[in-house]
Amino acid sequence: MIALLIRDLRLALRAGGGFGLGLAFFLLVAVLVPLGVGPESATLAKIAPGILWVGALLACLLSLDRIFALDYEDGSLDLLATAPIPLEGVVAVKAAAHWIVTGLPLTLISPLLALLLNLPPAGYGWLLASLALGTPALSVIGTFGAALTVGLKRGGLLLSLLVLPLYVPTLVFGAEAVRRGAEGMSVATPLLLLAGITAGVAALLPFASAAAVRINLR
Amino acid sequence: MSIWEYANPKKFMETSAIALPWAAAATAACLVAGLVWGFFFTPDDYKQGSTVKIIYLHVPAALMAINAWLMMLAASLIWLVRRHHVSALAAKAAGPVGLTFTLIALVTGAVWGQPMWGTWWAWDPRLTSFLILALFYLGYIALWQAVENPDTAADLTSVLCIVGSVFAVLSRYAVNFWNQGLHQGATLSLDKEENISDVFYFPLLLCIGGFVLMFLTLVLLRTRTEIRVRRVQALLARERMA
Repeated sequence: MIALLIRDLRLALRAGGGFGLGLAFFLLVAVLVPLGVGPESATLAKIAPGILWVGALLACLLSLDRIFALDYEDGSLDLLATAPIPLEGVVAVKAAAHWIVTGLPLTLISPLLALLLNLPPAGYGWLLASLALGTPALSVIGTFGAALTVGLKRGGLLLSLLVLPLYVPTLVFGAEAVRRGAEGMSVATPLLLLAGITAGVAALLPFASAAAVRINLR
Repeated sequence: MSIWEYANPKKFMETSAIALPWAAAATAACLVAGLVWGFFFTPDDYKQGSTVKIIYLHVPAALMAINAWLMMLAASLIWLVRRHHVSALAAKAAGPVGLTFTLIALVTGAVWGQPMWGTWWAWDPRLTSFLILALFYLGYIALWQAVENPDTAADLTSVLCIVGSVFAVLSRYAVNFWNQGLHQGATLSLDKEENISDVFYFPLLLCIGGFVLMFLTLVLLRTRTEIRVRRVQALLARERMA
């Protein structure tokens, strides 16, 4: 499984393109929103938590179709399905690799973009914490969506439509945690619920994703 | 006599052919009686005036929007466990019907909300979760359309239906967090003496019955269509082989 993880990471880094796009998109959102909304710092501070979370979510969405597409096309997904490690494990590793190349960089760069959006200082720590806790859920749910659409020619639009409603709870709790943090309120409840969602989907969704991949490979 | 007999498409077609006209007639009777009673023979509410009459469309549609998804969930599970094609086709047939009920609930809600709350739309927990439910229906229908192999499509949509059910409930509780509900809580329940004033309650019950029957009729009709589509495809495939 570790070998597979390293292979996926190496492919993502060397094949280039797809994954840098997420970061660039996140940066674009953070730069364009103040230009569109206007420079009043009070307004920006108010919408910063939501914008940062929406930006991270959309950036994550951009690279989802690449999770399985390349492996499906060149047949290595068939090999992985017949490999001795269970397909559930393969799917979980794929999600982990996706998180390392998109969710993790997004989380690390977010304080810098929060600066552009004038997030109140109290919110920085909670922004990092909520993204670190929440983006794994985005990757795991996205892997499920990618598994459902892996056999389709142009699955991109369908993939976003399928994944969007599934992202709602994560987005609500994540943005809520940052907003409360920025306003100096207690963040325990949304943060715990966010962590609960991540733990829950990481434990259960790989089974559904693996089932979907199996159906598509049949 | 068991429900599994109807897993046989022939048996299902025979029985549903007999049941369909009766179900359609009962739907028409219930809806006409309920709506006419509700619209013309009930007094105006002392606060809401005549807008209260939207309740006869709004509440039944909203109820059935959720129940349609539950029916799809049950049918999907039966398909995954017992591989009865009629079950998968019934789930497929229910999708667009459920979406329509969801949209009716949203639109009548907007029409009702405008005079009562002064706004067409608010990001109220109930409204938001219905919007998300509509998205789930859209995704479900789109996935059926996108996958070419019918068995693969049935399997994938079943998995989506199960996962979607969990997330629909999760979203419902997530948006509750905002705590700014304009929409009232549940008014109808089975174990209360009187839910709303009797003059409104009885026509409402009749309308709910009508919507349940309408759902049944439409799903039966659409399932029959799907079965016929399958038969035509099978015949075409046989002709190509010959």
